[in-house]
Amino acid sequence: MSQALAERPAANDTANDEKVFVTLTVADQLCGVPALSVRDILGEQIITRIPMAPREVAGSLNLRGRIVTAVDLRRRLNLPDAPPGTPRMSVVAEQGGELYALLVDQVSEVISLPASAFERNPPTLPPPWSEYSAGIFRLQNKLLVVLDTARLLALAPVE
Amino acid sequence: MDDLLVDFLTETNEGLAELDVALVKLERNPGDEATLSLIFRLVHTIKGTCGFLGLGRLEKVAHAAENVLGKLRDKQLPLTGDVVTNVLFAIDQIKEIVTALSATGAEPAGEDSKLIATLNAISRGEVAPVAQAVSEAPRPAAPMVAAAPVLIETPAEDPPAPEVALDAQPGTAANVPGNAQTIRVGVDVLEDLMTLVSELVLTRNQLLQLTRSQDDKDGELGRFTVPLQRLSHITSDLQEGVMKTRMQPIGNAWNKLPRLVRDLARELNKKIELVMLGADTELDRQVLELIKDPLTHMVRNSADHGLETSAARRAAGKPETGQISLNAYHEGGHILIEIADDGAGLAVGRIKAKALANGLATDAELATMSEAQIQRFIMRAGFSTAAAITSVSGRGVGMDVVKTNIEQIGGTIDLKSTEGQGTVFTIKIPLTLAIVSALIVQAGGERFAIPQISVVELVRARSNGAGGDAGGPVVEQINATPVLRLRDQLLPLVSLTSLLRLPETAATHEAVYIVVTQIGGTTLGIIVDRVFDTEEIVVKPVAPILRHITMFSGNTILGDGSVIMILDPNGIARASGVGGGEGRSTDRRAASAQARVASDGKMAMLLFRAGGPEPKAVPLGLIARLEDIDHAKIEFSAGQPVTQYRGRLMPLVPMSGVLDQDRARYSVLVFSDDETGRGTASRAGLAEGGRCMGLVVDEIVDVVEEKLNVELTGNRPGLLGSAVIAGQATDVIDISYYLTQAYDDWFAQPEHPGSRATAGGPARILVVEDSEFFRHLLVPTLASAGFEVVAVASAAQALRLHDAGENFDAILSDIEMPDMNGIAFVRAVRAKGRWSDLPVIALTGHVAPEQIERGREAGFTDYVAKFERQALLASLQQCLAQPAALAA
Repeated sequence: MSQALAERPAANDTANDEKVFVTLTVADQLCGVPALSVRDILGEQIITRIPMAPREVAGSLNLRGRIVTAVDLRRRLNLPDAPPGTPRMSVVAEQGGELYALLVDQVSEVISLPASAFERNPPTLPPPWSEYSAGIFRLQNKLLVVLDTARLLALAPVE
Repeated sequence: MDDLLVDFLTETNEGLAELDVALVKLERNPGDEATLSLIFRLVHTIKGTCGFLGLGRLEKVAHAAENVLGKLRDKQLPLTGDVVTNVLFAIDQIKEIVTALSATGAEPAGEDSKLIATLNAISRGEVAPVAQAVSEAPRPAAPMVAAAPVLIETPAEDPPAPEVALDAQPGTAANVPGNAQTIRVGVDVLEDLMTLVSELVLTRNQLLQLTRSQDDKDGELGRFTVPLQRLSHITSDLQEGVMKTRMQPIGNAWNKLPRLVRDLARELNKKIELVMLGADTELDRQVLELIKDPLTHMVRNSADHGLETSAARRAAGKPETGQISLNAYHEGGHILIEIADDGAGLAVGRIKAKALANGLATDAELATMSEAQIQRFIMRAGFSTAAAITSVSGRGVGMDVVKTNIEQIGGTIDLKSTEGQGTVFTIKIPLTLAIVSALIVQAGGERFAIPQISVVELVRARSNGAGGDAGGPVVEQINATPVLRLRDQLLPLVSLTSLLRLPETAATHEAVYIVVTQIGGTTLGIIVDRVFDTEEIVVKPVAPILRHITMFSGNTILGDGSVIMILDPNGIARASGVGGGEGRSTDRRAASAQARVASDGKMAMLLFRAGGPEPKAVPLGLIARLEDIDHAKIEFSAGQPVTQYRGRLMPLVPMSGVLDQDRARYSVLVFSDDETGRGTASRAGLAEGGRCMGLVVDEIVDVVEEKLNVELTGNRPGLLGSAVIAGQATDVIDISYYLTQAYDDWFAQPEHPGSRATAGGPARILVVEDSEFFRHLLVPTLASAGFEVVAVASAAQALRLHDAGENFDAILSDIEMPDMNGIAFVRAVRAKGRWSDLPVIALTGHVAPEQIERGREAGFTDYVAKFERQALLASLQQCLAQPAALAA
């Protein structure tokens, strides 16, 4: 959770002019993840399905000898599944010493965004987006949702 | 050099390094009691160990130093610089001797009397001169006083090696002492190394697979062959080397046992010999640590419960001295440890009684179990075979803990016992926990790894209905539960696809593979679609969000780079309802196990079909065994079908009237009046006088536990009536009818407790039972045992019989009855003159200890569960025999 707290003011920080984000799309929505929290960007991977796992867990993949749990962002955001056969990409982030791969439709680029373009979530934003969005950046012709990876990866803590 | 000595040197060197620092710290801060007692302890340890190892010179010096330190600790001496200096001299002297000891393996010759005298003088409180005596030490060693300040800078946590280097002055450099041969390395360093090597092995495997799968068009790959092979070789060697650093002989876990056994022998007044074989078998340090306690416990158990006293052994014609033997050896990548004793073996009868009493199994379940399965009850939680708790074992920590500990490290435990000849426990554990050999299987399109240790065999079988007339095993279904006949036993199966809720694939319906796994005493077949190779895998824990899935013990990366889940056979067994259970659990047993928790008033009924599609039922408690008899085994005697059953002929009564000759196998319900416990494997009992009858039915359907509401019809022979069981109208059959078909004298046997009890004719029993159904079952049961029975429906009716002047030898009474319950009834009986001394046995659906206590207080002589026919007869016999004995 400390990570979540650390990130939010960073995204809000007006003193720092520019923030670097990795942009990605999921179901045609442009999103961004703070570049510093991204460990890797992966193309299409072989993912081993895990039976009995929570719905959001797409499976496990091998990242240079480390086993990474893949979390499907579409499912996490209650979006319809990607059409079968569509190549997916992943953004790898760390949470509590474990690596997780967020499965997205497309990873585009790394961009710097001025803090002045940042806005809080509109209060009308429904869950689960409101839960996982740390705020919105106004781009020229699009809006970018800043994803809170810590919250996205805080999957139901099962004991 | 002796192992003990090496250990001593390593330990002492560490202690000495710590001492230097501590002494200096003490000098600076004389009031520091914690440091003082630390020093005292360290010196004391050194002294104690030397005495044990016979190092006289070292011991004397340490002893003198300890005396001084003791006085300091008790504040009988002021702490001055002089005192500290002298103690430091003593420690230097100890160091000197230790150094020589590690170089030569023996104490150097020398004289320490001056130093000791000085120390003794100090401890007597005389002002001591600063001892110069040390320089008289025989070897012109390094000047001690000079060495001391240097040593002070050595931090306590440093390993001994640097200290050795400090001591090694130019002149003595040649005797770099023996402790360089062993260094203490933190276990975490070794663990890290192991992890890294494991990764390396995986990467190597991946590389090899890659080059193999690539077709070499332009000869490019050929250049990699040689370096790859070298890499492969080095990796293997490295892996082996690192594994070796963690390997220790199992003897290390055993070295406390001889003493333990000796003490036990004295305490228990038995003669015990401990034989240890294969003590040099090496296994992973981690594994060794984990099995130490279970092993100790098991040896303790063998000595306490296993072996008999000398007198009992003599009486049994055995040598007076009992033997416990430990044997460790490698077998197929595993270590096997056997703990055997030649003692009394496990008493199956007692285990059964205990299992019943503790509610671990029902009588019916026990009836279907083999001796080995019953013996495995001792590894169930809440089970201790010792009749009395002794001070040695039986403190509530039982074999179940041992079993759990062993299973935790991926091991298995099994036991074999022959009554009167002894018990052998076999523990099978992996060599190391880091790398395991696993079988790769596929189900529902996904691959999984099953640890090889739990795999017993692989069977290829056809699914039900598929494949026509080809031979080989076929998966059969009982009420959609798959089972397999494997060498004349029914193996419960579980489909991995359905267990893991994977999509069914086409392959599921044709040929399947069955991975037969053994977890403790449970054998379970796991149905998979395909079986691949075995692979060495490194078990990695699964991500925290997946830990709740108990079906997996971890995950790993295969040689081809893909991630694969590792199945946990224990989890699978639990998930499929076999878990925690012992023995081969058939669907019948599983069903009754689930139903066992049923509350009062419910009764286990066996459902079957015979002569028609409608289900029939019989109380499970009346059945001795369920058998599956081959057509070829059926013979005819005087036109009646019989079969040879346990060495004697058993008449078979077809439920439908005529035996259907076309069937290959027959399901048979065996009823027996064997007195030594119905349906046990106790062959002796059967041979003596037990008779049995087999009722041939078409199909055994299920065991259900339900509240019975029997509507009696009474006009059809063989039927008690009908009841709604499992939502269906079911005929409840009258066993006594079929028993008389087999033996028309079944109920007139001369040799029965009823007739034996009183010389003047059969004993009269009064049965007070409100349920008509139970009365119908009890009366023939008791009549068959030779009693004269009078049954009434209420306590009031029974008391009216009393008032009418009726006499009985014993009363059986239900507890739960309307108007006047059993407790009130027995109080009334005890209050009335004529019946007040009669044995009154309580019949109840549920035997709970508190209830028994309550019943006894009210005046019941004994407590018997309904339908425990055997227990009832035994209890009656006992109750009736006691007054008879008094009279005689």
